Amino acid sequence: MLEASHLECVRGNRTIFSDVSFAVRPGDCFRLTGPNGSGKSSLLRMLCGLLSPSNGTIQWQGAGIQTLGEEYFSSIAYFGHRPGIKDEFSAIENLQISSGLSGIGISRKAAVCALERMGLGCRMHLAVRFLSEGERRRAALARLVVGRSSLWLLDEVLTSLDRMAVETIQRLIDDHLAAGGMAIVATHQELKLASCRSQRIELAA
Amino acid sequence: MTNASHLVMFRWLLWREVVLAWRRRSDVMSMLAFFVIVASLFPLGLDPDSRLLRNIASGVVWVSALLASMLGIGRMFSTDYTDGTLEQMLITPQPLLLIVAGKIFAQWLITGIPLVLISPLLALQFGLSPYEMRMLFLSLLTGIPVLHLIGAIGSGLTLGIRGGGLVVALIVLPLCVPVLVFGAGGNVSLVGAVLALTLVFAPWAAASALRIALE
Repeated sequence: MLEASHLECVRGNRTIFSDVSFAVRPGDCFRLTGPNGSGKSSLLRMLCGLLSPSNGTIQWQGAGIQTLGEEYFSSIAYFGHRPGIKDEFSAIENLQISSGLSGIGISRKAAVCALERMGLGCRMHLAVRFLSEGERRRAALARLVVGRSSLWLLDEVLTSLDRMAVETIQRLIDDHLAAGGMAIVATHQELKLASCRSQRIELAA
Repeated sequence: MTNASHLVMFRWLLWREVVLAWRRRSDVMSMLAFFVIVASLFPLGLDPDSRLLRNIASGVVWVSALLASMLGIGRMFSTDYTDGTLEQMLITPQPLLLIVAGKIFAQWLITGIPLVLISPLLALQFGLSPYEMRMLFLSLLTGIPVLHLIGAIGSGLTLGIRGGGLVVALIVLPLCVPVLVFGAGGNVSLVGAVLALTLVFAPWAAASALRIALE
C-alpha cells in the first residue's frame, strides 16, 4: 500500500500544490487530473522518489520511501514524458537493456512476445529512430508488460497513441489491477477501465 | 537485491555502452583524430631541434590527451539525460553508485584505452627513447582513468545546462592539474596515488550530482 500524506511541492518560489493526501491499496487505480502546471508530473516524480517533497511523507508498506531506497524501486514502474529509450537500439534491444539494467535479464523471446502484445509487429527489429512517435511510445511501454512492479506511475501515457494502442494500454492496466497491482495515471484523456475502483485526484491550478 | 542481479545489471550496462559507442563510432574516431592532430602540430610548429622535442614530448602528449578526453566527457551522461534513460537508471533497484561506476568504466574502455594505445606512435615523432616511451605509456595508462573519473563529476553537475560541453571543461580541467603535473613528469607512482584517491570519491560525487540534476 502506498500512503501519501500532506504532500507539498515548491518549485522556485511557487507553491505548486500543498496538503495532498491519499492512499492507494492493491487493485486501486487513481486518475490524476488537473490543468497544465498544476503539478501532476511533479507529484508522480515525487512518488517515484526522483523529487523529494518539500513537506509531507510518502510511505510504502508502512515505511518511508527514502529509507527503503532500492527495495521501493523494485516495486515501481515509472513512465515519464521522456520515453527512456535509445534511438540507436531496436525496440527489442531497448526492452532487453531496460530489464537487464534493473537486474532481471529477459530472453529475446520474452521481449518479442511483449512487443507483439504492444502491436509493434515486424518493426521491432528496426532502430527506434526510424519509428514514429506513437510506435516509440509503444516500444517504451512494453516495459510494463515484462516488468513485475506492483505500482505503476504513468505520466500522460496515452499521448500520441492510436485507438488500438489506447485500448491495449487500458487492457494492460485492467489486468494489472485484477492481479492486485496499483496504478496512478496522470492523463487529460478519458481512461475507460473495467475496474470499478478507479478514483480521481484533482489538482487545482 | 542480490549480487547476481548486480552482475546482470553490470553486464547489460557494459554491453549497452559498447554497442552504443560502436553505432556512434564517428564520435570515438573524431576524438582520436583530434588527439593525433593536436600532438602532431607541436613538432611541426616548433624548431626541429631533437633535444627540445624530447624534452617537451610527454607534456605535449599529456595535454593533447587531456583535451581529447574532454570531447567525450561532456556527453557521458547528457545523451542519457535527454532521452530519459538516465531517469530510468536512477529508479532501477540497483545502487546508483554501481551504475555510475559502470558508466565510467565503459567510458575508459571505449575512449581511454584507444587513446593510450596510440600514444607510443605519437611519441615516435618526438624521438623518445624506448625507456621514456614506456614511462609515458605507463603514466597515461594510470592517468587517463583519473580524467574520466573527474569528468563524470563535471558531466553530472552540468546536466541540462546550455553549452554544457564548455562548462564541463572549465570544471574538470583545473581539477586535472595534479594528475597532469605528475603524469607529464613521469611520476607513475604519484599518478597511481591520485587514481586511488579519485576511485574512492569520484563515483560517489558523480552519483550525488546526478540525483541533484534530476530533481
